[in-house]
Amino acid sequence: MFEHGSLLLTGLLVGTLARAFMLKIDYRQFPSYPHSYAIHLTLGMIAALLGALAVPVLLEKEYIAITFLTIAAQQFRDVRSIERESLAEIEKTELIARGEAYIEGIAKLFEARNYLALLSSLITGLIYYYSSWYIAVLAGGITAFLLHYFMKGPVVGDIAKIEVVDITVKGNNIGIDDLIMMNIGEEEALRKWRTEGVGIRIIPVDENARATLANLGQRQAILHDLGILMGAKLDEGLQQYTPMARLDIDSSILNIIFIPLEPDRIFIKKAVERIPVLESSQHKPLKDKIGRKAAD
Amino acid sequence: MDFSNILAIITTEINRNKVSGGVPIFITESIKEMEEVSSLLARLTLGMVHDLGNGIKVIIRH
Repeated sequence: MFEHGSLLLTGLLVGTLARAFMLKIDYRQFPSYPHSYAIHLTLGMIAALLGALAVPVLLEKEYIAITFLTIAAQQFRDVRSIERESLAEIEKTELIARGEAYIEGIAKLFEARNYLALLSSLITGLIYYYSSWYIAVLAGGITAFLLHYFMKGPVVGDIAKIEVVDITVKGNNIGIDDLIMMNIGEEEALRKWRTEGVGIRIIPVDENARATLANLGQRQAILHDLGILMGAKLDEGLQQYTPMARLDIDSSILNIIFIPLEPDRIFIKKAVERIPVLESSQHKPLKDKIGRKAAD
Repeated sequence: MDFSNILAIITTEINRNKVSGGVPIFITESIKEMEEVSSLLARLTLGMVHDLGNGIKVIIRH
């Protein structure tokens, strides 16, 4: 094998495995199996190879060659826009839309994971050069794990208390407690809401959570994930059964009404708790002095 | 969210003088007929029935 060949190979393997480890199918069913898997594994492999390649290049003092890393960065930015475009394209086929903020979050995640693969293989390569292959593999694995661990964002359960409640029906209006959320003119639809409708109150724990939950993208993401996890009785042309999320502007509590396919209240609560908080919808007024003072 | 649009108004004979304008208006003979006509119209137009509470129903596409 040519010089540094085994270093490259080790870096490539660790980086690709790191990317594969981060590709997992969950309830969001994204990326789809097996085609998106093939795409992202291949891109991850390229990222890993570039990361591993950076080490011998530096050792040979070919500093100009480091510019190919910028090409890699460009390539990963393309990954983000490809993901964004394809998700925006299939958005029309979703009964409950993901929303632009959620799509942006997913696209960003796919870009970032390529960098993580690149960094893992870079570290593996460096350590391989200065010590032995097994320490390098171990260090690369630990890097991938740590990076993946710290990339995990908060979930709704971390920033809010969730209550599953009954919905209230007042005449033709439905809502939760005093908050009117929807006017329904059909007897049949009202009956369905009265018998099967479930209300959720998401109570923010602090001012940061209040600002985050008020974000429209975050609300749409909650509705989308809830519709997937618990199922929603909904079809095209049946707007009267559309799930709704409305803010109680006095208390900042986010109220959700929907008709679940699985009316199991314990699991509805658990489902809402594990929905991710979107990166782009996070606001932190408490990080500022004014925000903190205004909050007391 | 795109803008919402009133597609039709359905009411009964008694409330006839409460409605007018450039939207299709359906005058029905009984509450039961109003209920049926509004449901059907909502299905046909992919809209949603809202009840204004004064004997008038409107179909709105959200």
